[in-house]
Amino acid sequence: MQTTTVTNPHVDEHVHSQGHGGGHHHTETFISKYIFSLDHKTIGKQFLTLGMLWAIVGGGMSVLFRVQLGWPDETFPLLERVFSSWFTDGKLNPEAYYALITMHGTIMVFFVLTASLSGTFANVLIPLQIGARDMASPLMNALSFWFFFLAGIVMFASLFLPTGAASAGWTIYPPLSALPQTSPGSGNGMTFWLIAMVLFVVSTLLGGLNYISTVLNMRTKGMTMFRMPLTVWALFFTAIIGVLSFPVLVSCVVLLIFDRGLGTSFYLSNIVIGGKALPYAGGSPILFQHLFWFLGHPEVYIIILPAMGMVSEILAVHSRKPIFGYKAMIFSILGITVLGFIVWAHHMYLSGMNPFLGSVFTLFTLLIAIPSAVKVFNWLTTLWRGNIKITPPSMFAVGFISMFISGGLTGIWLGNSTIDIQLHDTYFVVAHFHIVMGIAAFFGMFAGVYHWFPRMFGRMMNETMAYIHFAITFIGSYLIFWPMHFIGLSGVPRRYYSFNEIEAFAQYGDLNKLISVVSIIVFLGQFVFLVNFVWSIYRGKKASQNPWQANTLEWTSPIEGIHGNWDGELPTVHRWPYDYSRNPDSDVDFIPQTVPLTEEEKKDKIHH
Amino acid sequence: MSIILGLLTLVLLYIVIVQISKASDLIKSLRSGDGQEESFGNGALFTSVIGFGVLIYSLVTCYIYAPTLLPKPASEQGEWINNLLNVTFVLTGIVFVITQALLFWFVYKYHYRKDRKAYFFADNNKLEVAWTIVPAIVLTFLIGFGIQKWFKIFSPAPKDAILIEATGKQYAWSIRYAGTDHTLGKRDFTLVNPDNELGINWDDASSHDDFMADEIVLPVNTPVSINIGALDVIHNFWLPHFRLMMSAVPGVPTHLWFRPTVTTEEMRKETKNPNFEYVLACNKLCGSGHYNMKKKVRVVTQEEFDKWFSEQKSYYATVVLPAKAGDPSKNEMEAKVENVKAGASK
Repeated sequence: MQTTTVTNPHVDEHVHSQGHGGGHHHTETFISKYIFSLDHKTIGKQFLTLGMLWAIVGGGMSVLFRVQLGWPDETFPLLERVFSSWFTDGKLNPEAYYALITMHGTIMVFFVLTASLSGTFANVLIPLQIGARDMASPLMNALSFWFFFLAGIVMFASLFLPTGAASAGWTIYPPLSALPQTSPGSGNGMTFWLIAMVLFVVSTLLGGLNYISTVLNMRTKGMTMFRMPLTVWALFFTAIIGVLSFPVLVSCVVLLIFDRGLGTSFYLSNIVIGGKALPYAGGSPILFQHLFWFLGHPEVYIIILPAMGMVSEILAVHSRKPIFGYKAMIFSILGITVLGFIVWAHHMYLSGMNPFLGSVFTLFTLLIAIPSAVKVFNWLTTLWRGNIKITPPSMFAVGFISMFISGGLTGIWLGNSTIDIQLHDTYFVVAHFHIVMGIAAFFGMFAGVYHWFPRMFGRMMNETMAYIHFAITFIGSYLIFWPMHFIGLSGVPRRYYSFNEIEAFAQYGDLNKLISVVSIIVFLGQFVFLVNFVWSIYRGKKASQNPWQANTLEWTSPIEGIHGNWDGELPTVHRWPYDYSRNPDSDVDFIPQTVPLTEEEKKDKIHH
Repeated sequence: MSIILGLLTLVLLYIVIVQISKASDLIKSLRSGDGQEESFGNGALFTSVIGFGVLIYSLVTCYIYAPTLLPKPASEQGEWINNLLNVTFVLTGIVFVITQALLFWFVYKYHYRKDRKAYFFADNNKLEVAWTIVPAIVLTFLIGFGIQKWFKIFSPAPKDAILIEATGKQYAWSIRYAGTDHTLGKRDFTLVNPDNELGINWDDASSHDDFMADEIVLPVNTPVSINIGALDVIHNFWLPHFRLMMSAVPGVPTHLWFRPTVTTEEMRKETKNPNFEYVLACNKLCGSGHYNMKKKVRVVTQEEFDKWFSEQKSYYATVVLPAKAGDPSKNEMEAKVENVKAGASK
C-alpha cells in the first residue's frame, strides 16, 4: 500500500520531487495500484468503470420493460428462460415491471448520473485542473468509491430476493413503501434499498467533502478561484449541493425505517387495509415527500451541473474561442445552486399540501429558468464566430445543448403549478426529465469521456465509432422521448404496466412499439461506445501531450499519468483558462494557463 | 439456438463496425500525415444535418399527433389550464425553434478552417443583461397568469355545489354522494370494520341519506365539490378530459371542485366516437394493479341527473338498517361503546 498521504502542497513538492518523481520508484502491487488505489486518477477510472456497468444494468432494465409496453399482448418465452422469476407465461409480471422501473430509476439517477458522473470527473479533473498532487484526503476518496461499491452490492442483491426488489418507484413514497402488505417489493426489497441508499449517501459525503476542501485549499500558485476552469466550478458547486442535501435523504430514510420496523407513525396515519384499521396515527405521507424532494430536487442539479461544466470547457476548447461570459456562467451556476434548494415542492403541487405553497414554489421554480437561459445563450454565443473543430467531444457537447434546450423548455410548462394540474405524473413528465436530466447528462458524460480519454489512458478514442455512437444516440433519444410529450398531453399516466385497460389511453399501440424498437437500438448502440472505449485503451492511437490544444493544467501533466501528477515542481498559473484566439496575429490559437502574461496583456483589463 | 445466432450476428456487427472505423480513422490520419490539414467540414455537416433533421421531425410530429391529444376541456377549470398551456406552448415553441436552429446553424457555419481565426469575444454585459431581463419578463407574465388561475382553481367551492366523496384503495375508487341533505355523513377511522370499510359514523344522521355509486354522474354546468381521500396508500384522482387531478392521501383529506361544461353526449359528437366515455384514473403508483384503477364518469343534463339521483338508494337504508334489525342487541352495544368513547374524547 502506498503510505504517503499528500495533503500539504508545500511539503509534497519536496516529497514528490525526491521520492515519487516518476511514479515507479516504490513497489506497488497489483492490488494497491488498481484496486485499493489512493491515486485520484485511478479512483476516477474505477468510478467510470463501475458506472458503465451500472448503466448497462439500468439500461437493460429499461429494454425489458419497454418490451412489455411495446408488445403488451405477446409472449416472450426466450426472455422467460433467462429471467424466469420475473416472467409468467412468457409475460413480464406487473410486480416485476414495477420493480424494474424502480430499479431503473434508482440506478440511473443515483449510481450512474450522480456517483459515477461526479465521481469520475471530480476525481480525474479537480486535482489535475487546479494543479494539485492528489485529493485533500486520498483515503477518504478511496473510501468514497468503496462505499459506492458496497451500496451497489446491496442494491444488486435485492434483485434476487424472493419477494423482489423495491417496487414503489424510485421516489419510494410511503405508505406504499412502508407496508409490505400493499406491495411485495416493500418487504425485504425495500429494506435493501434503504440500506443501500444510506451507504450511498456515506459515499457521496466522503467524496463531496473531499472535492470541496481540495478546491478550496489545494490550488496551485496563481490559481485564483476566478482562474479555475468552469468544470471545477461546476464540480465544486455540485459537491456543495450534495453535502447539504444528501444528509436530508438519510433522515428521510431513517424515519421510514422506523415506521417500517419500530411501529412509529412519522409518515403513516388512518390506514385501512382489507377492512382493518392499522394502528398508525398522526403521521403524514406528505412529510416524507418534503424530506425526499429536499434532496430529490437538488439531486437533478447534482446530475446536470457537472455536465454543464464539462460542456462549457469542451465548447471553448473545440471552438477555439473563450467561453462567453465566464463570470456569468459561474454566477448562473451559483444561482441554480441557491434556487435549487427552494423549489423542491414543485414535485408536490398536487400532493395535498396547502395550495398557497404551490404559488410560492411556482415563483421560485420559474425563476430557475433565468440562469438556465443565461447558460444556453452563453453557449450559443461561444459557438458564434468560433472556429469550431467538430470532434467527438464537441459533437456530444452540442448534443447536450440541444437536449438541455428541449427538456428545459418543457420545465417551464411543468414548473407552472396550474399547468401541472394537467401534466403531473403523465408521460409528459417522463419525456421532460429524461431529456433534460437523463439524456443531457449522458451527453455531457460522453463528451467528457471522449475529451479526457487521452488524459486518462494516454490514447485517443476512435472517431468513426464515436460518430456512429452519436448518430444512434442523438436521433434515437429524440425518437424515444419526443413522442412521449404527445402521449402525456393526451392524459396517459406514467408508471402504467399496460395502456390497454383504459380506453382513453389505448390509442398509442403503434407508437409504443416504435419507441420500444428504438430503445433497443439505442441500447445496443451504447455498446459501440463500450467497444470503442475498451479497444482504444489498448489499441487506440497514442495521444500527444495536449491533443486538443487546450489551455488547462491537466494537459501539462505527463500524459502517461504519474503518481503526484507533475514531476518536480507544480505548475504556476498566470492567466484564466480561456485565452483561445486571443492574439489574432499569432499562428497559435491558444495560450496555456502556465504562460506568463505579456506586458500588453497586463494593460488589458479583461481576464488575467 | 436463435439466441446464439442473434448474439453471433450482433458480435459480427460490432466487429464490422470496429474494422470500418479503424480503417476510416487510419485514412484520416494518413491524409493529415501528407501535410493536408484535417478537415472539419464533414463532421460539421454531419452534426448540422442530424440537428436540423431532428428539428424538422419535432415540428412535424407536433402536427401529426395534434389530433390524438385530449379533446377540448370538459370543464371551466380545464379551459383555463388549457389556455395557459397553449400560451406556454407558443412561447416555448418559438424559443425552441430559434435556439435549436441557431445551434446547428452555427456548428456548420463556423466550422474550423485553417485560414480563419475565431473572434475573441469573452464578455458583453449588455448582452448578458438582455438575456437575463427578457426571460424574466416573459416568465413574470407566465407566473402571474398561472398563479392567478391556480388560486381560482383552489378557491372554496360554491355553496350550490354537489358534494361527492372519492376514496381510493388498491385498486378501486369508491364514490359516495352526499344525498338530499347535501352533507356527507362523518367518518371515523376507529369505526372501520370489514362491513364498514370507510368507517362511516351511522349515528350521524347526515350519513343516512348518503349513497354509494358505481360511476360518477354529474349534471352539466353545476359545480361539483369532491372530497378526496385514500384508505391504504397514496392514489391520485385524475380526470384527464377535465384536466384536473389531486392526490388521494391516507390521513390527509384533499379537495377539488370544478364545473363540468360538456356532457358525455356532446363529447361523443365532438370526438366522433359513439363509445366515448369520461374516465377517472389513478395517477400515482399504488401497487401492481395501478394501471387498472378506473371509474366511469358521466356528465348528463340536469333532468337526467335528477332522475338518476332520485333512483339511488341510501346505503344506510338498504344495508345498515336491515343488518341492525337482524341483530339489535349487537348494534345497541356498539352504540353504547361509541357514546362512551365520544364522551371520553369530549
